[in-house]
Amino acid sequence: MSVLIDKFDVFAGGFWLTLQICVLAAIGALILGAIVAVLRISPVPPLRAVGTAYVNIFRNMPLTVVMFFAAFGLPALGSNADFLRIPGMDAVFTRLGTDLPYFRFALIALVLYTAAFVCEALRSGVNAVPAGQAEAARSLGLTFGQNLRYVVLPQSWKASIVPLGSVIIAMIKNSALVGFFGVVGDLSQTADQLTSAEGYAFIPVAIGISIGYLIMTVPLGALLDRIEKRQAVAR
Amino acid sequence: MTTGEPLIVLDSVNKWFGPLHVLDDVSLSVGRGEVVVVIGPSGSGKSTLCRTINRLEPINSGTITFDGQALPAEGKALAKLRSEVGMVFQSFNLFAHKTILENVTLGPVKVRKEKPAAARERAMTLLDRVGIANQADKFPAQLSGGQQQRAAIARALAMQPKAMLFDEPTSALDPEMVGEVLDVMTSLASDGMTMVVVTHEMGFARHAANRVIFMADGQLVEDAPPAEFFANPRSERAKDFLSKILTH
Repeated sequence: MSVLIDKFDVFAGGFWLTLQICVLAAIGALILGAIVAVLRISPVPPLRAVGTAYVNIFRNMPLTVVMFFAAFGLPALGSNADFLRIPGMDAVFTRLGTDLPYFRFALIALVLYTAAFVCEALRSGVNAVPAGQAEAARSLGLTFGQNLRYVVLPQSWKASIVPLGSVIIAMIKNSALVGFFGVVGDLSQTADQLTSAEGYAFIPVAIGISIGYLIMTVPLGALLDRIEKRQAVAR
Repeated sequence: MTTGEPLIVLDSVNKWFGPLHVLDDVSLSVGRGEVVVVIGPSGSGKSTLCRTINRLEPINSGTITFDGQALPAEGKALAKLRSEVGMVFQSFNLFAHKTILENVTLGPVKVRKEKPAAARERAMTLLDRVGIANQADKFPAQLSGGQQQRAAIARALAMQPKAMLFDEPTSALDPEMVGEVLDVMTSLASDGMTMVVVTHEMGFARHAANRVIFMADGQLVEDAPPAEFFANPRSERAKDFLSKILTH
């Protein structure tokens, strides 16, 4: 078990990189998922079709395959995902700005995949709002956008927040895949590095990285439990 | 009471829910200032008829004209039309996350772009008119059914609509609260508001309506002044209906 102390800085570095990709992917997936959700509930049939197609593709494809497409497909198309070198952001999240594009590719895959689940979590919240609320808003002459903004969404987030949290927890665990698609130094790739290259015993290393993931997921789960309890009282 | 061209015109309107023919070649015109009460057995299509007028239910064929203009398809034009037609629902549908006052001011502020202070002032006048000004800062769930429905009427009136649609406004209320809602509706009717009222309240139909429409199986069966309809219904279907509801 001495590896946990001897290599603490390596674990901490892996934790930090995994945290970075998870924060970025969560932000991206929430934004993209919200856009897809709006498409899926839009009154315009072609927009609905686009939203539905998106969810059907990315919810039903293994994340590994999405990662493959991002890591091999994007370079084949001649893209290094340079649009993610966002000035300012790349000062905090240094990997966004590196010449090696694998962090950006993995981020894209994680965002695309998770957004489908975010969309469905948001939509389940919207569906939990009684239909009469939206009908009353339409009857007053509110447009689709105003209806969502002032009437439906303020009431739907309560029903969305817990499934949304589960989606983010799943995403944090899914991020363990990025180490196998060229991202060097995240928690899962750290394990590979310490065991294969440096010859440490597997089980202590696995315990180390498990602790890293649990530090991110357990507090999030506890927070969701608290929110759920408060809602139960409010109801 | 009726002046000039009619405000609402339905011409040969048909609507199906799957195989169910809910509106079967319905034609109807409602003049300005006219109060039309729609009655009939449940499942006769009367609520659907009411909801087609502001296109909450799209129709399959026929035309609906409001104030000389055909109902637009989804979009900005439809939203504008809906803002001119007040709607009151059986289940009130007050916005649950907003106070009564906010419910009444939302439309004027967001749709009509009125100044919040002016909208609030007018909302308070309306809430006072329906007798619940003292409930303005409460949330809908804190009010009785009758109070909620009166708030819903105030919310619709805040848009200064050209017509008001009532879809069974008293059907979800405890009996002792029906009167307070009907009082508000009667006062609206006598002020000259154009109203289409789907209801089971025969008393209201008798004293407040200009015309009674009787519907059965998706068809408009009778269209007569209330005194005539209640005294001498022409169709067997209406006689049967009235005998069932008036004997108790």
